[in-house]
Amino acid sequence: MTASSDEVRVLSPTGVCGSGFLESSFEAALALGPHFIGVDAGSTDPGPTYLGTGRTAFPREAIKRDLRLMLRGARRIGVPLLVGSAGTAGGDLQLDIVRGILEEIAGEEKLSFRLALIHAEQGKDYLKRRLREGRIKPLSPAPEFDEATIDRSAHIVGMMGAEPFQRALNEGADVIIAGRASDTAIFAALPLMKGIPPGIAWHAAKILECGAAAVVQRKTPDCMFAWLRRDHFVVQAPDPALRCTPQSIASHSLYENADPFHLVECSGTLDLTHSRYEAIDERTVRVTGSGFIEAPRYTVKLEGAEHVGFQSVLIGSIRDPYIIRQIDDWSARLMDKIHARVAMVYGDRVKTEDYHVNLRIYGKNGTMGPLEPVKEIRSHELCLVFETTAATQDIASTIAGITRHQALHLPIPEWSGLITGVACPYNYLERGPVYRFNVNHVVEPDDPCEMFPTDYVTIATGAARSRAA
Amino acid sequence: MSTLAELARLIRSKNAGPFELTFDIMFDDVATYERVKRSGAITREVVARCYGLQPDAVKFFLCDSALAIKASIPRPYFQGDLRDSDGHGGQQYAPLMDIVVD
Repeated sequence: MTASSDEVRVLSPTGVCGSGFLESSFEAALALGPHFIGVDAGSTDPGPTYLGTGRTAFPREAIKRDLRLMLRGARRIGVPLLVGSAGTAGGDLQLDIVRGILEEIAGEEKLSFRLALIHAEQGKDYLKRRLREGRIKPLSPAPEFDEATIDRSAHIVGMMGAEPFQRALNEGADVIIAGRASDTAIFAALPLMKGIPPGIAWHAAKILECGAAAVVQRKTPDCMFAWLRRDHFVVQAPDPALRCTPQSIASHSLYENADPFHLVECSGTLDLTHSRYEAIDERTVRVTGSGFIEAPRYTVKLEGAEHVGFQSVLIGSIRDPYIIRQIDDWSARLMDKIHARVAMVYGDRVKTEDYHVNLRIYGKNGTMGPLEPVKEIRSHELCLVFETTAATQDIASTIAGITRHQALHLPIPEWSGLITGVACPYNYLERGPVYRFNVNHVVEPDDPCEMFPTDYVTIATGAARSRAA
Repeated sequence: MSTLAELARLIRSKNAGPFELTFDIMFDDVATYERVKRSGAITREVVARCYGLQPDAVKFFLCDSALAIKASIPRPYFQGDLRDSDGHGGQQYAPLMDIVVD
């Protein structure tokens, strides 16, 4: 470690590992002598499917490309590489996928290093114990969360703070692959260890975790660089064509945050109320005045996904103005027909409460649903998307088939005789299992690291020797 | 008289986690930002009306450094739920565009 406590230099190659960055920017940033490279590799933004299934949102080859450049760069200049929220959701399945990619790269590139794998997936017994102790608390808004929720969950992860990263760095890790982590913790961990005040460390981390997203006009995902000092930080994008301005950096705290002035972390709240942003030159900004309010209790946010069922999807459209002008009534009559026909086919084996038929009407309120203020349909055609969800794919598809047939021939009073009232480009599609987020709660652990066990692995030109800790 | 869409450099919506939606109304220069801010055309109550909510369900912020006005609301359906129509929350801002600023 070459960092002095006077200055910590940080390189964030991109906002998400797998979304890419320019090699020219990355090389320019390495020349600035970062004390570590950090990258966020996940988010809830792609939806609950990834936590539910354990798949990654970005393709394996795209993750490998980014990781190869970062690993090679970090080993070349001899600084730690910290990856958080591995493989989108940061569960154990995704940690394994990213570990596999990393070992492949190490073998191909003949690299040796000490790897820390920090687990974020939570055991059901642990969560039930904390729930019984009253140490799982709801955030707002929160779904119901009880022992049954824990049992139904496919996976639940805890969002780690800076401490598990710091423990791994203290253990001499060269590369850290962490499960679900606060995006900012990846970037705040090492600066905090080096004595950078928390307001500066966490605010700089908030800018860095999105890569070049905080520049005035981002052309493509790319690198961001910061210099953290005792009383301020400086931020600049290594690509000389990209500009950071006081407004662009100040604006970044708005992105994907409900409150732009207070950002809650495990150990406290980043307070940007008094932050000041000044231009150093036309593409570099200095930030001062950011504060950090220590929390009375350390909390770890949970993310969980549960399996809802299997789904089939039917797409159709309507051009007949008679049907369009009575679309609400038509939809209600159609739903009655579908339920009646399902009862006829399945009898008591599939009851109304055992399946769900959702109808989206594009051209009416398909995008905004209940938030849509426009009530009058002005479109000459409507697109209908039906989703049928049930306990098995077979039942979901059977109901999709029933839906198609009932929708096609639903009569309207304006026409006498058999009509075909919906245009379907093809039959229903099988979407497979579907999931939903089921937790918006925090745990109060005894220790910041207790939920995040770490394995240390020595990688010697791709061959791994493992030790659990 | 202008609409917010004509005055802002960007009006956007996005998830703020799976349970909330957030709106950013961003301006190019101090004069336009201050004009909109002082006009009273956009307030917590106006945002609530746009989305059929009670004012106390809306978080509302004036961000002077960013030259931006921000509001956050609970999602009508949690992200990815069976009835959710916008997984990223990116297309929920249109009702704000037509707000008239004197």
